Amino acid sequence: MANVPEDLHYSKDHEWVRVDGEEAIIGITDYAQNSLGDVVYVELPKAGDKFSTGESFGSVESVKAVSEVFTPVSGAIARINESLADEPEKVNSDPYGEGWMIRVQMSNPGEVDSLLTAAEYEDFTKAESE
Amino acid sequence: MVDFGGWDMPVQYPAGTIEEHLRTRTHAGLFDVSHMGEIDVRGPDAISFVNRLTSNDVTKLVDGQAHYTALTTPSGTVIDDLLVYRLAGDHLLLVVNAGTTDKDWDWISSHHKGESVKLLNASVEYCQLALQGPDAESILQKLTDLPLSEIKYYHFRPGTVDGVSGIVSRTGYTGEDGFEIYAPADRAEQLWNKILDAGDSGSPTGVVPCGLAARNTLRLEAGMALYGHEIDETTTLLEANLGWICKLDKGDFNGREALARQKQEGIKRKLVGFEVTERGIARDDQDVLVDDHIVGKVTSGSPAPFLKKNIGFAYVPVEFASVGQEIKIDVRGRPVGAQIVKTPFYKRAK
Repeated sequence: MANVPEDLHYSKDHEWVRVDGEEAIIGITDYAQNSLGDVVYVELPKAGDKFSTGESFGSVESVKAVSEVFTPVSGAIARINESLADEPEKVNSDPYGEGWMIRVQMSNPGEVDSLLTAAEYEDFTKAESE
Repeated sequence: MVDFGGWDMPVQYPAGTIEEHLRTRTHAGLFDVSHMGEIDVRGPDAISFVNRLTSNDVTKLVDGQAHYTALTTPSGTVIDDLLVYRLAGDHLLLVVNAGTTDKDWDWISSHHKGESVKLLNASVEYCQLALQGPDAESILQKLTDLPLSEIKYYHFRPGTVDGVSGIVSRTGYTGEDGFEIYAPADRAEQLWNKILDAGDSGSPTGVVPCGLAARNTLRLEAGMALYGHEIDETTTLLEANLGWICKLDKGDFNGREALARQKQEGIKRKLVGFEVTERGIARDDQDVLVDDHIVGKVTSGSPAPFLKKNIGFAYVPVEFASVGQEIKIDVRGRPVGAQIVKTPFYKRAK
């Protein structure tokens, strides 16, 4: 059973959001990393790049496939997780911790409220895998 | 699970693609390749019939020997690549790709011109398990009385494995030593479980079940073609570096004239192996660039888990096909540097 921490917000594209003041920390969920398999490459944007909700900010590659990742909230990139360049496997081993991907300076923090709660996301993944 | 030529197949097992790949290189991996098609050719003209439709020389095979070959079109391109097993002078078994089994069957039966042969599409009757890796022989030996060490590469023997009658063949698609076992389809589960047990599956040095993704990365590292990628009905055998299975002097066969002509005139494009030299992973169907111009296409691109590099095959014009040639791969709009290298990318120590 995939791990879905209570205190995070979730998108239907399988990203999670942790709110830290005006910033949002974003990564992919345990469910997503598990379906992708061994992550071997992560491509991330540059600090300062601006994204609107639902836009692709990079890609995650397993041996077999490339998957795009999407920003669940709009804003500018404050920081990226540079350690993923050399250790992409952190996305598998610690998706909610060291496997985080980007930190976004939110332009509209209210957007977080329209994301899924942990319980809603769990139901969503159950329905998806049936 | 994914659909593969009409079969539901796992992309990976719980160990994951990288571990499956590495374990096959260092110990052993077990693959359920029952999706492969089997076409049985029997009769006094079996050898001459198959020799007319394929590019390698079937008359050179002895009983108990197999070879890699291709079903060719009149223009020297590829209907399918396959193994031909000589069971007897009047009995051959053709092992073909899953996705092309029906096409091959139609092609072969429609090219039958009065030769005395009986054709049978026996695909559903066989299961096929591939046990590959340096420990394959010692694992399989626990389950059979066949003297495995006496079976040479690309040779096979009929015999029993765990009491099940079948064929044990020293062949594979991974670049490792190993065996492919053909047996009645209803015994697949028994053999699968027994081989996993005999190979101490579950131990970190035991045999591991492998899915389609590892099958692909292993064959790619070993420099082997995959039908629908490196070869198809638009690529000739010579362009695909498969001149070694074109026996132009063996007598007439489908495509012989075209291949002889192409050999004389020279090919214009060629399949090459490349290594990505910058950050990024090349993928199937991406464009190959030289001086910002599209000159070719990637046929297979992937991380190579054992070599820890990103590699691939591509077709490029011969003027850009030399080892050391710098190229770029268009990775979703980003040109990523790569260099043409010798293949196979990986060769096991003998």
